[in-house]
Amino acid sequence: MTKRPSIDPILPNSLSRRQFLGATAAAGFAMTASGLIVPNSAMAAETPKKGGNLKLGIKGGAATDVLDPAAAAGTVSFLCNHLWGDKIVESDPETGAPLPGLAESWESSADASVWTFKIRKDVAFHDGSKMTVADLVATLKRHTDEKSKSGALGLLRSIKTVEDKAGDLVITLSEGNADLPLLLTDYHLMVQPNGGYDDPNAAIGTGAFTLKSYEPGIRATFEKNKNDWRDDRGHVDSVEVIVMNDNTARIAALSSRQVHFINFVEPKTIKLLERAPHVDILQTHAKGFYSFQMFCDTAPFDNNDLRLAMKYAIDRQEILDRIVGGYGSLGNDYPVNSTYQMAPDDIEQRMYDPEKAAFHYKKSGHDGPVLLRTSDAAFPGAVDAAVLYQEHAKKAGINIEVKREPADGYWSNVWNVKPFSATYWGGRPTQDLRYATSYLSSADWNDSRFKRDDFDKLLLEARAELDNDKRKALYRQMAVMVRDEGGSIIPVFNDFLNASAKSMKGFVHDIGNDLSNGQIASRVWLDA
Amino acid sequence: MTPQSLFRPFVAFSRQFPLAANILRRLLLSFVLLWAVTVMIFIGVEALPGDFATTYLGQSATPEAVANIRSELGLDQPLLTRYVTWLGDAVSGDFGNSWASGQSVSEQIGKRLGNSLFLAFFAALVAVPLSVGLGLLAVRYRNRIPDKIINILSLAAVSLPEFFVGYLLIMVFVVTFPTAIFPSTVYDGMDFLTRLESIALPVATLVLVVLAHMMRMTRAAIIQVMSSAYMETAELKGLDGLRIIIKHAAPNALAPIINVVALNLAYLIVGVVVVEVVFVYPGMGQYMVDAVTVRDLPVVQACGLIFATIYIALNMTADILAIIANPRLRHPR
Repeated sequence: MTKRPSIDPILPNSLSRRQFLGATAAAGFAMTASGLIVPNSAMAAETPKKGGNLKLGIKGGAATDVLDPAAAAGTVSFLCNHLWGDKIVESDPETGAPLPGLAESWESSADASVWTFKIRKDVAFHDGSKMTVADLVATLKRHTDEKSKSGALGLLRSIKTVEDKAGDLVITLSEGNADLPLLLTDYHLMVQPNGGYDDPNAAIGTGAFTLKSYEPGIRATFEKNKNDWRDDRGHVDSVEVIVMNDNTARIAALSSRQVHFINFVEPKTIKLLERAPHVDILQTHAKGFYSFQMFCDTAPFDNNDLRLAMKYAIDRQEILDRIVGGYGSLGNDYPVNSTYQMAPDDIEQRMYDPEKAAFHYKKSGHDGPVLLRTSDAAFPGAVDAAVLYQEHAKKAGINIEVKREPADGYWSNVWNVKPFSATYWGGRPTQDLRYATSYLSSADWNDSRFKRDDFDKLLLEARAELDNDKRKALYRQMAVMVRDEGGSIIPVFNDFLNASAKSMKGFVHDIGNDLSNGQIASRVWLDA
Repeated sequence: MTPQSLFRPFVAFSRQFPLAANILRRLLLSFVLLWAVTVMIFIGVEALPGDFATTYLGQSATPEAVANIRSELGLDQPLLTRYVTWLGDAVSGDFGNSWASGQSVSEQIGKRLGNSLFLAFFAALVAVPLSVGLGLLAVRYRNRIPDKIINILSLAAVSLPEFFVGYLLIMVFVVTFPTAIFPSTVYDGMDFLTRLESIALPVATLVLVVLAHMMRMTRAAIIQVMSSAYMETAELKGLDGLRIIIKHAAPNALAPIINVVALNLAYLIVGVVVVEVVFVYPGMGQYMVDAVTVRDLPVVQACGLIFATIYIALNMTADILAIIANPRLRHPR
């Protein structure tokens, strides 16, 4: 069995048991689909060809979309913003480490609370005006304003002041945060002239492409930015983003060579799509996971033995195989996987163990059915996953009662409201954010009601720690706490599954986010 | 004045101009119907779990953000207040802005409605003459091979769900023998011929879906007329089959045919969201579904009103045409 090259940049050097399992699952895929995935290294060796009209068929757009990056919701907005806009900091596709973007370098005070960014001087916006530090300051202010509806507001709560000091961007935080550069890689934070205060929907930025036409929920077209400040991107002349929410329509469009790339290929159709001779399947490891969340403070889940019993009672491998078709990796009941920087790599993988489950279940003293609420709104296949789980738990003598909730209103009426429900979590740029979003005692979205002072303290300690080794050790400690005492049952991390025509080259598997972290259009080229 | 005397002028008017009175009565009724539709949509959207603020924010909703949006849009007001405010604006022709995108509803609907009408028009242009023609042919060769072939094929087409018909056409004409344009997305600045070319597949799908209904109604209506005595006379006069059907039978079978055609036209405009999705066609249906998904009430209301208006208008036209087509109704005694 050959090693699968495209996975290599994603997996750290030391292969843990968990990652090994993930890799073997992936290798199983590679055997059936060998040759379908073009290795990154091989692509880098080719010189990109210039020109052509790149057509992308994308799921995740609606008539309600807007171009304002602060309000970006849905894949199409995410993608379009990355065509016209640039962020202050970029991230490394393979390691997730911060890389220079519109800021060429940065440094922080010893306690990581004051950050100074040197800004590029040679950059112009699409309208011809020169980009200045004032634009960056205004951008950050617009997104951090208390009344801002920006999706990045939550990330940037700790920003106290944003200033232009002698031509440098200076950000002062209310507490030390070693991850600040990575926070600035958030996809909402596209730098706009005067921060977008004048016209947030103008789509004028510094990106590789300029917007030509935009019809929300239908189509957007872009042309190459002739004055791009970077010469290592934007190989095609023009880009067409077509909103295709129907799964079959996307497959048909790719199979008939009407588009070069489609996103969100369903695991069950992959095998069929593989047969098309001109199609590449693009599988990218991702940070998102499917989970069942128990409230640690609500009976019967306030008993850690019951929580452990529930965690041992799920057959993760079967969920991986049946629900995501093997296109993912096993979860280990903490919300971080190898796609995060400084992820723990030596925590034992928890496996299906009905005996252990029965032992802990008995010890917990609980009797009677456990009510699990689920809906396909939580994640695709969540109802099936719950029923599989029910069967797994039966072998341990645990009776799970599955209740299917309506998809409408699931996020407001069930998730984070009822004590045991299915959910999906997308990735966050850093481990710190991942935990802060839903495992910190004070987090709005603490959907497992995991409230532990010692955990909160570790989180804050790790946040201000500039030494990466020490941070990694702290994060390991936190992961073990969540895994063994938390309320999350995380069976799988699901991969991003996209497909492209073979004529599209240079796709970079980016651990940051889907669609090559949004930058697919500026990274790929067309081999006519 | 007694209630009877109140109606007296109207009764007199309706005696003198029965058709005009009928139209007037129906117009008045339509407004009541439209108003009822707005109430029902309002209550319907209200009855869905979650409001705009919570569905729009989805999993990322925080109590503050939800409260911000609610107070900004006036969602914290009582239901009746909100409805009256909306109705007041709508009556004065202002459908407001979409809550989700902030864009003018009328402007956005203009484009989408244009697309829907474009698709429906060409589908009807093919489907109506084709189905009526096939219906006539089926009667002419009643219970013979052509009739049976027409029946079986059209019934087969109508039995398949529309998305399946769409996928079949895509499979044949896009994947296996790449001849048609796909996706069928039309956009600003597309020239007329390209537009026509790109809607070929959705038009074909819609024609297949509505064909059988209209064809069979034509056939049934004409066959019924064929059994009357004067048709026998015409036959005995020695007129040939198709001529009898077209000249003598068809005019008397018009009313039910017009009715079923109108119903199908309405369907072609307002009921084709599935076809829109399959062929990635930017019509009204998709627009309304997107809006319902996030409870974008101004858009849902405007779309609902337009759909209702189209339905009512087409039905009314059908009734009026049926009256005009029937001399006995045109000149009641």
